[in-house]
Amino acid sequence: MLSEDKRQQEPLVEVKHLKKYFEVKESGGVKRKKKVIKAVNDVSLTIYQGETLGLVGESGCGKSTLGRNILRLQEPTDGEVIFHDQDILTYNKKQLRQIRNKMQIIYQDPFGSLNPRFTIGQSISEMFKIHGLYTPKEREERTKELLELVGLDPNRYHSYPHEFSGGQRQRVGIARALALNPEFIVADEPVSALDVSVQSQIINLLMKLKKDFGLTLLFIAHGLNVVRHISDRVGVMYLGKLVEISETDNIFDSPAHPYTAALLSTVPDPNPEKRRERIVLEGEVPSPASPPSGCSFRTRCPLATERCKQVVPELQEVRSGHFVSCHYPLAKGQTLLDAIKEKQTSKV
Amino acid sequence: METPANIETAPEVEPVQQRKVTFWTSLHRNKIAMLAFWFLIVLHVIVFIGPLVWSYTPTEMTTTGPLANWSWAHPFGTDDLGRDVFARMLHGGRITLLVGLAAMLFSLLIGTIIGACAGFFGKVVESILMRVTEAMMAIPNFFFVLVALTVLGTSPMMVIIVIACSGWMEVARVVYGETLKWKEYEFVEAANAAGAKPLRILIKYIIPQVLPSIIVSGTLMIAWAILTESAISYLGLGIQPPTPTWGNMLQNAQQYLWTAPVLGILPGAAITLIVLAYNFLGDGLRDALDPKFVKK
Ligand SMILES: Nc1ncnc2c1ncn2[C@@H]1O[C@H](COP(=O)(O)OP(=O)(O)OP(=O)(O)O)[C@@H](O)[C@H]1O
Ligand code: SF4
Ligand SMILES: [Mg+2]
Repeated sequence: MLSEDKRQQEPLVEVKHLKKYFEVKESGGVKRKKKVIKAVNDVSLTIYQGETLGLVGESGCGKSTLGRNILRLQEPTDGEVIFHDQDILTYNKKQLRQIRNKMQIIYQDPFGSLNPRFTIGQSISEMFKIHGLYTPKEREERTKELLELVGLDPNRYHSYPHEFSGGQRQRVGIARALALNPEFIVADEPVSALDVSVQSQIINLLMKLKKDFGLTLLFIAHGLNVVRHISDRVGVMYLGKLVEISETDNIFDSPAHPYTAALLSTVPDPNPEKRRERIVLEGEVPSPASPPSGCSFRTRCPLATERCKQVVPELQEVRSGHFVSCHYPLAKGQTLLDAIKEKQTSKV
Repeated sequence: METPANIETAPEVEPVQQRKVTFWTSLHRNKIAMLAFWFLIVLHVIVFIGPLVWSYTPTEMTTTGPLANWSWAHPFGTDDLGRDVFARMLHGGRITLLVGLAAMLFSLLIGTIIGACAGFFGKVVESILMRVTEAMMAIPNFFFVLVALTVLGTSPMMVIIVIACSGWMEVARVVYGETLKWKEYEFVEAANAAGAKPLRILIKYIIPQVLPSIIVSGTLMIAWAILTESAISYLGLGIQPPTPTWGNMLQNAQQYLWTAPVLGILPGAAITLIVLAYNFLGDGLRDALDPKFVKK
């Protein structure tokens, strides 16, 4: 239902050929060689106003790095990030500080993301102070409103983070992110560190706030099941690359990239008729310091051919609004298992 | 109070204030550190309040005559010029401690600024500041102090500045390391994401985390400053007589080592005890703050 009018929606954030390389010194040896980790390797995507884009991928595939670089919390190596029709990578420090209130981040770690020497009230009202907003009294009032909004007792304004549980701290983090009335929020695995029972509370809270405030959300998670509920569209990353992106239903019903299909096969489907055969990927994720030639997934892909070794697959629109970077994308309704069988028969 | 209807208020249990509790218990359990702490309190009270109460001044020559034994009027006797040794110990201690304290504060200031800026700003700032720190470390402290005081003179202010300038490097190194660690924390990035200016982040988000380490350094630093001040006074390069310090009292006592050993024993013991006490307290604080000790 959303997919129809998505086309007409305004893009809020456009990421173009974004790259973030880390140079790390290899230890040991006489010569200290530098190696380059391509944490984000040429990612392009668009985030539309008012949508929630889920971003999934295994640990270390560059999700957090992508999120941070979109907000320019790190300096990207190359690329463009267009926010409201302006490339924020060309901004100087002052311009950047001035638009910081429009884009915010929520972190995974509820322990490391709050200043241990601030009360939670200070942590939140600090947001106003930084931008020189309101009188001290107004700041306190606003902060208390925010605490209430995220389901915390405003009387705990003067409590320190260590007096709260993980879920409560995560609520504080959400309140802080909301304080300046942002348009865009990157939520970097906001529930991964929490108990399962608390996870759904936090996700529901985020969904509600998103609706009430008309937020645009980049929701990072490492499992597909977490993003299903909350996302309008889902992007899948592998080894610094975006391999597939489409509407949530498309991703879950007919994934086109073999990696997505394999990931999905491990997610239990509530519908027994649709239960898929589980496909376990062989091998390890290669190091982002030395990704394979051609398609970065080819070392583990059951469909890989010689061509995959030589030619890097570009992100292409295979169906309307469904982008995949694969030389042999699965057709609509085709399962990965079908494709594997097909490949075997064609070989013979 | 009302919460929005479909958001359940988080019913999770609250964790205890673990870290704080363990810090104090750990410090309390450390008998030597606690003993040192109380000893220092008592000593400071005596030295700072004493001169206000005691009727003799450190420079007046009493009618009792020189090198008198102890009496109720002069609990520590008199020195070679017939001055009241108790008054001299009090006043000398006051100056020694004040010089130590001021030198400590000043070196903490230098060390903290240099270490924090190097760690926080990185790049060129880091290389320059840390090179300077390393270069300063390569010069033997005491040698530096002797040369600087010979050249620059021995006013109390100069003594303080020179001692501070020779001792800030260890503080800088500690603060540098801690700053590197804390600046990676997400709450620091969150402040950046909120649009905070670098200086604000450094002062409000990073320095407060480093403060415990700074306090530990300060405790060890003051012991070192007192020792250095005493040593240079003993060599005649420190604060000059007639103003008493424990160091120059010790020097003066040399000539009477066999006739009036008390004149040497008193300032010597005072210096030793106070330096030891500060060191024990510093070690105790460091252990109590060390996460290795906290976790058990
Ligand atoms: N500051 C850094 N210096 C060097 N390498 C880094 C740095 N930050 C990230 N990396 C590397 O970049 C790659 C991507 O890291 P990133 O944190 O973005 O992954 P992620 O997808 O968020 O993983 P996770 O699910 O574990 O959070 C990893 O290989 C990581 O080791
Ligand atoms: S391009 Fe080749 S290796 Fe890569 S995912 Fe597609 S089939 Fe597999
Ligand atoms: Mg991450």
